Amino acid sequence: MVKSTSKDAQDLFRSLHSAYSATPTNLKIIDMYVVFAVFTALIQVAYMALVGSFPFNSFLSGVLSCVGTAVLAVCLRIQVNKENKEFKCKTIVTNLGGIVAMFVIAV
Amino acid sequence: MGGKQDPTANGSPKSESMGAKKASPDLLNSSFSFKSLKLKTKQQELLLRVSILGLVYVLAFIARLFSVLRYESMIHEFDPYFNYRTTLYLTEKGFYEFWNWFDSESWYPLGRIIGGTLYPGLMVTAALIYWTLRFLRFFVHIREVCVLTAPFFASNTTIVAYFFGKEIWDTGAGLVAAALIAICPGYISRSVAGSYDNEAVAIFALLLTFYLFVKAVKTGSLSWALGSAFGYFYMVSAWGGYVFIINLVPLYVLVLLITGRYSMRLYVAYNCMYILGMLLAMQIRFVGFQHVQSGEHMGAMGVFLLMQVFYFLDWVKYQLNDTKLFQTFLRITVTSAILVGGIALGVGTASGYISPWTGRFYSLLDPTYAKDHIPIIASVSEHQPTAWSSFMFDYHILLFLFPAGLYFCFKRLSDATIFIVMYGLTSLYFAGVMVRLILVATPAVCLISAIAVSATVKNLTSLLRTKQKVPQTGSTKGVGSSKSSSKVTLDQSQPFQKNGAIALLVGVFYLLSRYAIHCTWVTSEAYSSPSIVLAARGAHGNRIIFDDYREAYYWLRQNTPTDAKVMSWWDYGYQITAMGNRTVIVDNNTWNNTHIATVGRAMSSYEDEAYDIMRSLDVNYVLVVFGGVTGYSSDDINKFLWMVRIGGGVYPVIKEPDYLVNGEFRVDKGASPKMLNCLMYKLCYYRFGELVTEYGKPTGYDRARGVEIGNKDIKLEHLEEAYTTSNWIVRIYRVKPPTNRL
Repeated sequence: MVKSTSKDAQDLFRSLHSAYSATPTNLKIIDMYVVFAVFTALIQVAYMALVGSFPFNSFLSGVLSCVGTAVLAVCLRIQVNKENKEFKCKTIVTNLGGIVAMFVIAV
Repeated sequence: MGGKQDPTANGSPKSESMGAKKASPDLLNSSFSFKSLKLKTKQQELLLRVSILGLVYVLAFIARLFSVLRYESMIHEFDPYFNYRTTLYLTEKGFYEFWNWFDSESWYPLGRIIGGTLYPGLMVTAALIYWTLRFLRFFVHIREVCVLTAPFFASNTTIVAYFFGKEIWDTGAGLVAAALIAICPGYISRSVAGSYDNEAVAIFALLLTFYLFVKAVKTGSLSWALGSAFGYFYMVSAWGGYVFIINLVPLYVLVLLITGRYSMRLYVAYNCMYILGMLLAMQIRFVGFQHVQSGEHMGAMGVFLLMQVFYFLDWVKYQLNDTKLFQTFLRITVTSAILVGGIALGVGTASGYISPWTGRFYSLLDPTYAKDHIPIIASVSEHQPTAWSSFMFDYHILLFLFPAGLYFCFKRLSDATIFIVMYGLTSLYFAGVMVRLILVATPAVCLISAIAVSATVKNLTSLLRTKQKVPQTGSTKGVGSSKSSSKVTLDQSQPFQKNGAIALLVGVFYLLSRYAIHCTWVTSEAYSSPSIVLAARGAHGNRIIFDDYREAYYWLRQNTPTDAKVMSWWDYGYQITAMGNRTVIVDNNTWNNTHIATVGRAMSSYEDEAYDIMRSLDVNYVLVVFGGVTGYSSDDINKFLWMVRIGGGVYPVIKEPDYLVNGEFRVDKGASPKMLNCLMYKLCYYRFGELVTEYGKPTGYDRARGVEIGNKDIKLEHLEEAYTTSNWIVRIYRVKPPTNRL
């Protein structure tokens, strides 16, 4: 059982890796940004676990803004991805600029 | 058929207008200027729609002005007076002072942090309107703005309802929804001119948020999702009922996920709205960190994480083109996600970090909870379960149009119709639990009924307009159409079909006109009374106004020292601080149950014990409301048992059976001795024993209870009468300082 699951896991990783390398570069950049944002959020959570949550506002705003940018970047990725038939590309540029500006204001 | 592009919704005026234009071509052709007026169909339709919307907008505003025309432009009821006072403070002192305001004039020794315990949306909105008008050099008083805020926002709600109806069904349904919601009594009851309460703005914000969210789900664009986040922020700033949105939207997403309607658009819409909405909502101090700590908001977070899992799985499935590998991956991920989520929730709830559902909302799920545990919540009349008569009174024909609309929604299921069905069903359930929540259900009921009306009328009129074509048998749907046989043969029932359609159309219009008449009557009779001014018919049919409340408050304002403290039951607290400008002990905010219980105990004790309690609270004046002379039935004697219950809930020395005789509440000779000598009884009936209230009855006849009082010879030792209004409705007593010891 264990052997087959580990073999399955290896196959999984290999096929995922090969499929992922096929994605276009601009999408990979967005993915890197998402990973960075989530990583920052995780660091903040670890920090809070260590030091305590005294200014809870700042903790929350930090974590949520990281999560927020991650989510918005994912939304952007969805809309830019040419293989998603539900979206058209033309509105993306104006959207991103407007959204990020308003998001910064909101935070 | 319904599929044809049929621009009319309310009957077929288009056909007659076209006919009229065609019938007089000579006139049109002769004068050159008129020719340009011959509009195309699309333009005619636009004109019709815009004019209908304009009329509905004005109608919604005017229908709410009854009390302003009959009495005067004043604030009604109790809660609006607090909102008015805070708005006044905001316009005078500015936003910074308002946001950090600590009020020492209410809840006497404790004070109240107003900046942190209110929902600022309403006050800020009214202040903005006031400043805008001032900027345009209209120097209106803030009270006028406050009084007319509610009708103004009701008109705006009709516009939003139009757009929402357009999203769900089509423009015809939107127009009908706007018209229905403009005069629906369920909404009018809380948004009449003068009812300056949170719901006036909140229903507008609610509908706006829902509309923007449904639009975001439909288009998947970030800008609509952002709009719905801001709409949610407005709702959070306006009313505590935002908890409904933060639970309904995740529930809706969950239903979509379960029914297999997951899509990228849903992902974009929900994520954007949730994160941004949560961030914005935490800016309101009263809400604070509840979005991450309170049990009522955890559903939204759970669905958020579920969406991430769904998206991740979807993406992996797309990357791998191999189903077997994907299945194993799926199993691993799903089990681990559920495990982690369950553990986190369990740990959070057990350790108390995630607070459980508060009493107010818990009693919605378990209606018997409040009666046993929290008497203050149970005592508010608006929190009682709804009777069928209230439903009929507030909704009239919408009550049976609602199931018809549900049928149409199920026929054409899409993301938008699923939403409105869910909104309608959940809000109706809650409306059944608590009378006050009929207001929240009103937009859903109006929208769904509008779908029924619009679809029916459209089908019937298209049936009328089919000429010599093969009869499309499917179009005889409608109210009561099961009688007209749908399995028709070609020639025979063609004329009867048309007659049936005409008859049904006449029936629909008759129903709608009765609805309009009913709504106007209800608004005029039931929902336009200011509560602070009472009116009655005199013996000759003339109208008598009882302005006793304001008389008493202004007496307080002008005849007592500025630092005087007034003790009364909590109902009147807001009005005393707003109009009498004096410090009160307890008011309508009811945030401190023990303090209210202390006042309740004082009111139900003998005079000596009550005097000790009043001295400890530094009370200078006591105010009671008494309806025995006028027959006014919402006075303090009728509320007395609640004082006993609330007081007894905290101080076991007050026992309810002491005040009852055989379980019955009496004030005449047969009443219990404790009742006949308690402070409330003495203050209400002092000197009443000498008064003749009704011809032919003995002195001291209480007209509100319909009995002669038991204890007519009342002597007060520690209080003295300061003021009694002209109809004896409000009575004020001064607390005497302790007698000198020799």
